[in-house]
Amino acid sequence: MSAMAFFIDYSRCIGCQSCVQACAECDSHRGASMIHLEVIERRDSVQTAPQVCMHCEDPICARVCPADAIKKTPDGVVQSSLKPRCIGCSNCVVSCPFGVPKYRAEIDQMMKCDMCYDRTSVGKKPMCATVCPSGALTFTTMEEVQRTRRGIAINSWKFGGEEVKTKVYVMVPRSIERVDLELVQIAPTPAPLAEDPYDVALMLEAK
Amino acid sequence: MEGHQPANARDEVIVAKLPIEIPELVKDFGPHAHHVPPGGWEHTGEDDKRVKTHCCFCGQQCGIELRVRNNKVVGFEPWEDFPFNKGKLCPKGVKRYMQDEHPDRLKAPMMRVEGKGFEPITWEQALEKVVSEIRRIQQAYGNDAFAFLTGASLTNEKAYLMGKFARVALRTANIDYNGRLCMVSAGAASRKAFGVDRSANPWSDIPKAKVVLVAGANVAECAPITTDYLWQMRENGGKLIVLDPRMTPIARNADLFIPVRSGGDIGVFNGMLHVMIERGWIDYHFIAKHTTGWEQVAETVKQYTPEFSARIAGVPAEMIVTAAEMWGPAPTSFVLHARGIEHHSKGVDNCIAAITLALATGRIGREGCGYAMITGQGNGQGGREQGQKCDQLPGSRSIENAEHRKYIAGVWAVPEESIPRKGLSAVKLLEAIHEGKIKGLISICFNPTVSLPDANYIREAFEGLEFYANIDFFLSETARYADVVLAGSLMEEDEGTTTNVEGKVILHRKAVDPPGDARVDWRIICDIAARLGYGDKFAYNSPREIFEELRVASKGGISDYYGMTWEKITEQNGIYWPCPELDHPGTPRLYEGGKFAHPDGKAHFVPVEWRPSAEMPDDEYPIILTTGRVVSHFLSGTQTRRIGGLLDQYPQPNCEIHPRLAEKLGIVDGDFVKVESRRGHVIVRAQLVKTIRPDTVFVPYHWPLGRSANNMTIRAIDPESNIPEYKICAVRVSKTEAPTDDISLLEVEAGGVR
Repeated sequence: MSAMAFFIDYSRCIGCQSCVQACAECDSHRGASMIHLEVIERRDSVQTAPQVCMHCEDPICARVCPADAIKKTPDGVVQSSLKPRCIGCSNCVVSCPFGVPKYRAEIDQMMKCDMCYDRTSVGKKPMCATVCPSGALTFTTMEEVQRTRRGIAINSWKFGGEEVKTKVYVMVPRSIERVDLELVQIAPTPAPLAEDPYDVALMLEAK
Repeated sequence: MEGHQPANARDEVIVAKLPIEIPELVKDFGPHAHHVPPGGWEHTGEDDKRVKTHCCFCGQQCGIELRVRNNKVVGFEPWEDFPFNKGKLCPKGVKRYMQDEHPDRLKAPMMRVEGKGFEPITWEQALEKVVSEIRRIQQAYGNDAFAFLTGASLTNEKAYLMGKFARVALRTANIDYNGRLCMVSAGAASRKAFGVDRSANPWSDIPKAKVVLVAGANVAECAPITTDYLWQMRENGGKLIVLDPRMTPIARNADLFIPVRSGGDIGVFNGMLHVMIERGWIDYHFIAKHTTGWEQVAETVKQYTPEFSARIAGVPAEMIVTAAEMWGPAPTSFVLHARGIEHHSKGVDNCIAAITLALATGRIGREGCGYAMITGQGNGQGGREQGQKCDQLPGSRSIENAEHRKYIAGVWAVPEESIPRKGLSAVKLLEAIHEGKIKGLISICFNPTVSLPDANYIREAFEGLEFYANIDFFLSETARYADVVLAGSLMEEDEGTTTNVEGKVILHRKAVDPPGDARVDWRIICDIAARLGYGDKFAYNSPREIFEELRVASKGGISDYYGMTWEKITEQNGIYWPCPELDHPGTPRLYEGGKFAHPDGKAHFVPVEWRPSAEMPDDEYPIILTTGRVVSHFLSGTQTRRIGGLLDQYPQPNCEIHPRLAEKLGIVDGDFVKVESRRGHVIVRAQLVKTIRPDTVFVPYHWPLGRSANNMTIRAIDPESNIPEYKICAVRVSKTEAPTDDISLLEVEAGGVR
C-alpha cells in the first residue's frame, strides 16, 4: 500500500467546524485550534473552506524566518516554530501564501498546523481529517482517492510568479493541472460578484 | 383551528411562578458555558480506560471512544472501526464529553424553597414527597390527573420502563414523550404506506442511488455524518435534489435546489408525479403486483399540472418539471426527509406524498433503492417503539388493540383491564394542564418550556401545576418550575441500547459513575414504583435485565427485538430490527421482494391534497417564520448551551432575513429586530443572507425565554400524528433597540442577547 496523504476537497465543506473543535483536542496543543475555517461571504453564500498547513516542499515561512525557528521533518512535515528560537516577528505570518501561520501574542510564538505530527508519526490520521463529516478533509492513499472521487488531486500552485509544490493535495476538476492565482490589488471594498449564484430571490424569478 | 389566539400578543415579561427570580436561579444552576475539561487543557497523560460507546446527540448515534481518568470523562478519541461513521464526528460529538464534570451538574435531589430557590434533600425525603403527591392527586382527581412526560433521548430500556411505569405503577393514561415533537409524522406516514415505522434501508444504500431527493432536511447541520453518504453518491455519478426554503450547505452542491415555500412541499411532490405519469415514468408492473390504491392517487394528481403545483410550492414551474425529469427515469433512487416536511399540521400528508414518489416507480426494497426518514433525537427510532407514546404498547403495539393489550398484560403479569387506554399526546397534555384537568406531573428528558410551540402558553401551564417532579442532570428551564428535582444520569453514566437512524440497535457502555448523590434514571423510576406498591413489577438489578424483558415484550410485534442479546449487538456492531429469533441476523433492508407489512402484504398508496397551513401570512403578519436547528446545538440546548466550545460557535439566535426583505423593512445586518407573531415575540440580531426566500425568515430554537423562537410558533397540530407546526407561522419583523430587561442582560447561554 502506498503512503497516506492529506487531501482537501473544498467543495465538500459544510462549515460545521468539527475540524476546528477537534483540532483543539489534540494532545500536543490542547485548547488551541490550528486549523482555519474560512467563511467566504455568508451574506452571499453558505460556502466555507477549511485550511490546514499545506506543508510546502520548500516552505516560504521557513525561508523568511530570521531565527531559523521553523523546521521540516525528513518526511516533509513543516513544524510549528521552535519555542526557544521564535522571536515573534511574524515574517512567516505575512509570507505564507495560504495564510496558515498565526502569531499568538499570549505565548509570543507562531503556532500552526503540524499535520498532527504526534498522531501521523505513529500511523494515526490527523484529528481533523478523521472527524470531518463531509470528507472535505481526508487522510488516505492516492489510490483510494482515485478510486472514489470524480475530481483529481493536485499539489502544484502558482501565486503570481511564485511556483509552490505542497505535501497536501487539493481536489479539483479533471481539466486542471495546477492552481494558478493571479495577484489582485486589495481594494478597500470588495468588488461585487459578477453573478449571484446562491441568491434565492433570483432563483425564484421565473426564467 | 386549534391554537389560534386572538390578536393580542402577550407581553415578553414572563410572570413566572418560580421560587426566586430567573437571574438568581441562573446564578445557582446555570446554564453556564463551561470551557475547560477536567484537570485543565494542560493535563494530558495516560488514560485509565477508553470506552467504546456512542454520541448522546442525534439519531445517527455515531461511535465514539470516551477517555476516562479517575472516574472522569476527560476527552474523546475517534472510533474509526465503527461502520456507520468510521470515526467521523460533528462538533457536538467532539465536544460532548464536556458535559461531564460540569459545574451545573445536579448531584443531589432538591426541593423548591420559596424565596430561596432549591435546596438539597435526601433521597428518602425526595421520593416520599413524590409518592405522597402522586397519591394525593390521584385520590382527589383520579389517576389520569397525574401525567408523565418522557423523551426520545432515553435508551430503549428506559423508554420501555417509562411506558410500563405509567401503565402499571401510575395507572395513568396520560404519558407521552418529546418524540411527539419530532418523529411522529414520519412514523404515521410510513405505517400508512408500508405498515412499518422505520427507515426502509441502511445508509449504505444511499451512495448506490442514481438520484436522491432530500426534502426538508438540513443534513449538513442536523445529521452531518450523512453528508459524506450524499457526497459519495454524487462522486458515483448520482444526482442530488434538495427541497428547502433556505439554501443549506448541502443545497449548495445540489444538482437541483428547489427553494420551496414552507408548507408547499405537496405541490412539488404531486407536481412531479403528474409529470411522471404524463411521460410514462411509472412502474405499472410493480404497482399491480405489490400495491393498492394507485388509481385514486393518479386521479388526485391530475389537476397538479406544473403551473398549478408551482403556485402551491411558490417556485417556478420548470423546477418541478426538471425534478420529475431527474427522478422519473432514474434506475435507482432514494428519498430522505426530515422535520422540514414533517413539522406541519399536514406533516403526515407531506411525508406520504414524498413516499409516493418511491412507490410509484417501484424503487424500494432493493440495493440503492429506498426511503428513509432522518431521525432527529438520540433514540428517536427506539424511543418510539417501546411503549412510551400515549397510544402505544411495547413492540410498536397499539394500546387500543385487544390482542396487543392481552399479550403485554401477560408480560407484565397484570390484568388486561388494569392497563389504561389511549391518553393525551404532548401538546394536548399541556393544554389539559393549562385547563386544570391534569394537576400533577413527572417529567424526564424533556424541556417543554423551550421545545413546545407557543412558549408563553406552555410556561403558563407549568405555573398552574399542583405538583411537578423533574428528573434531570441539569436544572433545565422547565425544571425551575419543579417542586422536587431528582438528580438523574447522563448517557455515559449508565448502559443500555438505542436504535439508530437506520433501525439498527446499538449498545451504549458506561464510562463513569453518576457524580455525588445522583442516581441512574431507571433506579429512580423503580424506587418510585416500589413506594407506590409495585416493587415486584420493577425488581430489576440492571438495564440488561430490563432489556431481557423488553425483548420478550417486543416479540411478535412490528419492532421485534426478541432475537437480540447485548453480546450479539456488540459482536455485530449493531443489529437491525426485526430480529425475531436468536439465530436471525437482523434485517438491514425492509420490503425486499415487494413484501410489505400490511395484512394484505402490499404497500398502500394514499392520495393527498395540499391544504393551507394553520396560519398563513396576511396583511397584519405578512412574513413566514420557519424554525430549526444549527450545527453546534441540540434540541432545547440544555446540554449544548452549557458547552463553551459549542456556544462560542453559535452564541445566540439570529434572524436570517433576505437583503431584499430587510431593505423594505429598513433593517441592516446586525440590527436588533423584533420578530413578532400573534402569540409572542423575540428580540434578536438580524443576519442578512441571500440564501433564504425573501418571504421567509428563520430563527433557530435552542434558546429560552426572550430568545425562544417558540414564543412565536403556533400550537396547531397534525390531526393524525399530533406533531406541532413548527415550520410555519405568520410574523412581522421590525427594527428595534437593544433590549434592557433582566433576561436580556443574562449571558447568552441563559437567554441574554449581545
